[in-house]
Order: sequence, then C-alpha cells, then structure tokens
Amino acid sequence: MKIHEYQGKELFRNAGVPVPTGYPAFSVDEAVEKASQLTTEKVVIKAQIHAGGRGKGGGVKLASGADEIRKTADDILGMNLITHQTGPEGQLVQRLLVEEASQIARELYAGIVLDRSSGKFVMMVSTEGGVEIEKVAEETPEKINKEWIEPNEDLQPYQARKLAFALGLKGSQIKHAVSTFLSLWKVFKHNDCSLIEINPLVVTESDEVIALDSKINFDDNALYRHKDIADLRDFAEEEPSEVEADKHNLNYIKLDGNVGCMVNGAGLAMATMDIIKLHGGEPANFLDVGGVANAETVAHGFKIILSDENVKCILINIFGGIVRCDRVAQGVIDAMAQVNVHIPVVVRLEGTNATAAGNILHDSDVDFIVAGSLNDAAAKAVHAANGE
Amino acid sequence: MSILVNKETRLIVQGITGKEGAFHTGQMVEYGTTVCGGVTPGKGGQTNENDIPIFNTVSEAVTATNANTTVIFVPPAFAADACLEAIDAGIDLIICITEGIPTMDMVSVKAALDTSHTRMIGPNCPGIITPGECKIGIMPGFIHKPFGNVGVISRSGTLTYEAVHQLTEKGIGQTTCVGIGGDPIIGTNFTGLLALFKDDPATEGVVMIGEIGGSAEEEAAEWIQNNDFTKPVVAFIAGKTAPPGRRMGHAGAIIAGGKGTAADKMTTLRNAGIHVCDSPAEIGETMAKNLTQLETV
Repeated sequence: MKIHEYQGKELFRNAGVPVPTGYPAFSVDEAVEKASQLTTEKVVIKAQIHAGGRGKGGGVKLASGADEIRKTADDILGMNLITHQTGPEGQLVQRLLVEEASQIARELYAGIVLDRSSGKFVMMVSTEGGVEIEKVAEETPEKINKEWIEPNEDLQPYQARKLAFALGLKGSQIKHAVSTFLSLWKVFKHNDCSLIEINPLVVTESDEVIALDSKINFDDNALYRHKDIADLRDFAEEEPSEVEADKHNLNYIKLDGNVGCMVNGAGLAMATMDIIKLHGGEPANFLDVGGVANAETVAHGFKIILSDENVKCILINIFGGIVRCDRVAQGVIDAMAQVNVHIPVVVRLEGTNATAAGNILHDSDVDFIVAGSLNDAAAKAVHAANGE
Repeated sequence: MSILVNKETRLIVQGITGKEGAFHTGQMVEYGTTVCGGVTPGKGGQTNENDIPIFNTVSEAVTATNANTTVIFVPPAFAADACLEAIDAGIDLIICITEGIPTMDMVSVKAALDTSHTRMIGPNCPGIITPGECKIGIMPGFIHKPFGNVGVISRSGTLTYEAVHQLTEKGIGQTTCVGIGGDPIIGTNFTGLLALFKDDPATEGVVMIGEIGGSAEEEAAEWIQNNDFTKPVVAFIAGKTAPPGRRMGHAGAIIAGGKGTAADKMTTLRNAGIHVCDSPAEIGETMAKNLTQLETV
C-alpha cells in the first residue's frame, strides 16, 4: 500500500525525522489559510498524488504572498498531473501539501528497501539527491552507500555514522544525519514498511538535515497489524475496478489491451497474458481468481472485466488441481446466467475432471468457445477479440 | 531417485485441524505420504479423522513420531512462529504452504534457517512431490508421472501444474517437483535445488519456472555456469507483459526500479545456455527435444 507525501511526513515527524513545517489542504481556501500559518516568506505548494516525478510535471511550485499562493494552489488542485509514473492518462490532484520553503545547501538521497538476495533490509544513501536513484544505481553505482540491518536487530549507530561520513557530512550535520537515519529505520520497522525513500534529503544552510520528500510503501501482508496505517489508504488514487476486485478478494490489475482474462493462480495468469501477446493480441488485465473458482467468484470476475469497455473477448483459463473442472464449468455457466456477458467467452479447463467439464460446457445452452491446449485458447481468444 | 522427499519421508502437519490442513492431510494420506502426526496447540492427545495423533508442540510430535519433515498450513499471522518452532525442534525439512506472511517476520525465519541445519521450501508455495512416493502440499497428485527423469523447480502454483501436465502428456515423468514460492523471501531458491538435482542420478533434465521480480533466476544462471551443471535446463519466465511497479498477485512478482523484468531474465538465462521458452505452451515440447538429443549423443 502507498500513502501520500504529507502522510509519510507525519509519520516521520512523530518518529523524530525532521521535516519542513507544513499542512495538507483539500481546497484552495484551505491552502491559503494554511500558508498563512507558515513563517517563511516563500512556501512550497505540492500536488499530493501517489506517483513520482511531480515536479517535472508541474505539480510542485514555489509561491509567496496570498495572491500568488491562491493562484498557484488553484492551478495545481484539480489539475490532471501527468508524470512518467502516472502514464499518459495522468492522475487528478485532489490534495495539496503547503509547506515552508527550505534553504538548501545540499541534496542527498536516503532509502530503505529489502535486499531479496541476502534476506535483509538495507539502508542506502547517496550524494546524488534529487535525481532518479535507479539512474544513479545504473550509471554510478559507486555513489550509493549501503548498510545491511541484521535480522532481529536495529540499524546500529556506527552504521548510521558510516553512512553520514560517506555522504561527506561535517560537524553538527553528522549528528543530525545519524539521528535521522536511526529514526528512519524505526519508522520502517514499526510500521512494516516495504520501502522508504527520501529524495531529496537536504542539508540546509544552517546544517540541519531535513526530509524534503517522503515516499513510503507498506507490506500489504502486514496491514492487519497496523490499522492506523490501513486507514491512510486513499481509494481515489487507485483504479476503481481494482478497488472493486479487492473487495471480492480478486487480484485484478487493469491493462490496456482488449482480451480480458480470468485465471486461477498468479503465475498462470501472467503466463496467459504473455501467450495472448505471443498470438498477436493484447491482454486487457491480470486477474487471479484464486483457489475457489465458483459461480460467485466467476460472476464477480465477469463484472469487473466487463467494466472495461475495451474488452472484446474473455479468456477463462483454469487449471483444476484440487478445484474440480466440472464444478468450475458449472460455475462459469451459472455466472453467465447471472451476468449479461455480451462478448465471446473462450473457456479452457485443464486438470482434474477436465473431460467431464468439457462435456458440461458442450451440453449447455450457453454459447462458449471451448479450447483445448493453452495455444488453442490464446489463438481462439485473439481471433474472437479481433472479430474474426 | 528423487530429491528431499521420498517414501521414507515421515511427515507431520502443523495446523492439521484447520480447514486447509485437515483437507490436504486427507489428500496426502490418500496419495501414500506417511503422515505420522499433526500439531495444533491445545488439541494434543486427540486424533484427526485419519486417526493421526495430534500434539501440542512440534518437539513433542517429533519425539513421539520420529518425523523428519513438517508441512505448515498455519494462518499467516502465526506461520512465521510455526516455522521458528519447527526449526527449534530440529526438523530436517519444512514445507510452508501459507500465503501472506509479513516480510518482517520472514527476515527472522530466514536468519534462523541460516544458522540451523533445517531446510525450508516456501512459503506461499504449492509444496513438493516425488511422484508415486510422497506428496507434501496442495498440488493435484494425478497430473504427475512417477519414476521419471526430469526435475521441476517453480516460483508458481498452477503454472507448475501446467508445465508438469505438459511433461506428462509427452510421456516424460518427473523425479521431484518443487514449488519454491512466490514471496520476496523464501527458504530455498533455484540454486539450492539445482545443486540437489545435479547430484541426483535419476534427474536428467530440469524445468525452471520463474517470474518477474528479484534476481533468483539470474543467480541460478550464474550458478549453472560456475558449477559445471551439464543437465539440460528448460525455463519459462512469466510476466513479459506485466507492467512495471505493480505486484502481480505474488508478493515477490514486481518489477521494481526497472529491475527484474522478464526480458532481462530471459536474456541472462539464454546466455548461460538455458533453453528459454518464449511461450508457456512449449515447456513440455522443449524438454522432450532436449531429452531426445541426450539419447542420440
């Protein structure tokens, strides 16, 4: 799960990671009012969306004086912000962060992620703040310094010092950075984060170390023990059909193609998307219906896939293991009776009782396209989507 | 021959009285697996519907039954603790089926595994099967063909069944099929199992099913090159059409920061001499061709 920058900064502030004074605003009037509580002449007005690259897209601006602040807030709030992470359709800005402008001396980077190879979390810092860290990792990996956190332990002060010295910090900057890094790890650990990034982490002209940005992702598997975090979820930032799918425990991700797919198992669902593409089609979605492909699940799956108007055909690919294909076939027939499916449906059921399932499909009144192998299913689905 | 599990395997089931645990215990017994005990705290002294004795703790179960392997069907909030208990009891092999264990918990489990002799398969996996001898997990037994010559290692569940089904259709039996799990932190990766398959004389070829996210496939490619692994390896990587930055069902299946794409993995595997299938429909066929070539050499 992702949260907004201002929510992340609130977590930082409470844990002792210094952040600029600032407030969220949900309207232009509120932005002007909140700005009047700030003490700096210049204020920063930042679009709050879950995607990165907001500055380049015109979603982060400096302003001073009530008139300019009003105008800037009005420009950003309600804009459709397009960044390299939003895709071409952009994201509607519905929240702002209004905060004090900082006197920046240096821009650095700090982050914590899981290192999957070692099975440990790793804190990374870089002198190259303000630019994409992936680019730094690719082009100048020597400019990234790392400290691995031992399992069941915390980031140690000596590790934080090593990172601070690696950044070339001096005097009181070191003390500030060490405190920031240690607190940052606490935020990560106590909230079951999966990623924290501060880009940029700035050194001010008065030698303070401040998180000018915050990007925090949480481990979805651990949200059950962090209700306070789960409550921060902003559904407006998510694809409505994905939110709907989530309610029914379906794992759905919307894509741009026209062949809808309904599959059991994440790996097979990805493989089904891949084989549609190999047959010259474009998958419209990822959908894992999980272990229970009954009438109810399949009906919800149909509704969610059909909410995407681009979809011209649906491919159902179920490998029946413990779930018996004959039951799945009956489930699909029952679901078709519940939901008005007006486009071709290709069904491929393999595994337990697949033959019986084939008979049930053939004998039903519903107009299915029954497929045998994986190749056959993909070919038939792509043909049907193309109206052939 | 096989790896890790066979007809000598003595299994206990942690979470034997839960819905999943109870159902799959029945399925495993039916397949012929020796299930000698179960563990549910508070229900020690009872027996389950298959007349299997239930114990309160793993160490009690191990002492009483001489079990060497455990399968975990415990809910995600308690599964890491179940793994730690099994490690503490000195069990040889853990198969953890549970999906949805927090990563922070798995970091602790991984650390405990690293300092013990216990090996773990999973979590978030279908389990392990040596066809005709021992099935531990949730996979359908009947799709497998016993006494074969191909090993299967996969990060997926149903996609593994698809691959195994293709092998069986081609008349190719399997030595052992292992689902290693779809989480970012897992007990055993491709490399650990490739090492075992290398030493298994019955295994003449290996199918590897990977997916986007992480670098386990790349590490496998490097291992194959550095360890004189001469048995043919056929691979498929799922997720060539997956968008970056999105978690594709499995917690570990995500392209993060441009890393872990299917295209990169396929290139790395091909460069290591692995036969990478573009299509998931070609796995069985590709292995059949490779095995035929072995015979003619």
